[in-house]
Amino acid sequence: MTTEGTKSKEYIRPMPSNWWLKRRSYFLFMVRELTCVFVGGYALFLLVLASRLGDAVGFVALLKNPLVVVLQLIALPMVLYHTVTWLNLTPKVLVVWRGETRVSPILIAGVHYLAWLAVSVVVLWIVLM
Amino acid sequence: MAASDSTRSDKMVALEVFRYRPEEGEEPFFQRYEVPYVDDWVVLDALNHIKNEIDGTLTYRWSCRMGVCGSCGMMVNGDPKLTCAAFVRDYYPATIRVEPLNYFPVIRDLVINMDDFLDKLTEVKAWLVPKEEKPVSEGEYLQTPAELAKYKQFSMCINCMLCYSACPVYGQHPDFIGPAAIALAQRYNMDSRDDATDERGEAIFSHEGIWECTFVGECSQVCPKNVDPAGAIQQAKVTATKDWYRSVLVPWGKKKAKTT
Repeated sequence: MTTEGTKSKEYIRPMPSNWWLKRRSYFLFMVRELTCVFVGGYALFLLVLASRLGDAVGFVALLKNPLVVVLQLIALPMVLYHTVTWLNLTPKVLVVWRGETRVSPILIAGVHYLAWLAVSVVVLWIVLM
Repeated sequence: MAASDSTRSDKMVALEVFRYRPEEGEEPFFQRYEVPYVDDWVVLDALNHIKNEIDGTLTYRWSCRMGVCGSCGMMVNGDPKLTCAAFVRDYYPATIRVEPLNYFPVIRDLVINMDDFLDKLTEVKAWLVPKEEKPVSEGEYLQTPAELAKYKQFSMCINCMLCYSACPVYGQHPDFIGPAAIALAQRYNMDSRDDATDERGEAIFSHEGIWECTFVGECSQVCPKNVDPAGAIQQAKVTATKDWYRSVLVPWGKKKAKTT
């Protein structure tokens, strides 16, 4: 047991504000966190788009606006990155047991990817219909 | 320990070791040592060589040198590692930088103060609390292999604290209960013989507990025993969320005692 008189001074190392640049995995984590802004932003954009549904000319004009095209091109990779990293993490969260063996993480993630594909096909079908 | 002479050569490898000697000065510094390059040496062997042959004042913790005791965790070139499992040959010919585990206060050289972690283990009651104590004459608390399989991975923790040093959340919020303590709490919560999930709730199903975690995931990457604390924390989040919905939607229902 250390008593107050003999206890020596401990050194506390400061955490640098650029800690997230020091490791690749930290950086990728920060990118993942940042991409959620684009997911939320795109949801807002869809709401704006939906409000124009009654106005066919305004709807097409909005989609053809160069600024909107550029924003969509930026949002696409961001949302894809967010989705892929999210789906890859699902096996950590969802643990299914079949007796004493754990269902393979690849299967858990795979089912999510399949569900994503199925939803995308349905959306594509609605759009092209 | 010292390798056979047949594996020795004239090659040398340099180590930059973090030194902090509070009685000599406030500021830490790095000290450079040259040690023989031996093919089957781990970083701990190199530190032992320094201590025995070059500089007896170097202070660090170690015990089993075989990845069981969890004492020799240090930052090796910025990564939290058990130095008994970090081979010098994987870094050679580069200089190897050895520092004490991140985010913990340094007492001396490579020795950190682990009181915070030990307090957290106590806080989460990282031990078995049976439903009812029974005398030895009534025999063991039995469990099926399937019940054991559910928590076995989380029970492999050796308390080496590498996961804390990999966790930027712990670095910024020292109140965070942290990866190993939550994984161990989850290990007992999932144990069919245990009945203290509610008692642990205040510590782990709280803001300083699982909800502080932003799922960086590095704790699981650096764990030498594949405990997957990141998984344990996310699974606890799912359990807590389900319990919350159950309490809102079925307020008259009895609170579910066991995590599934």
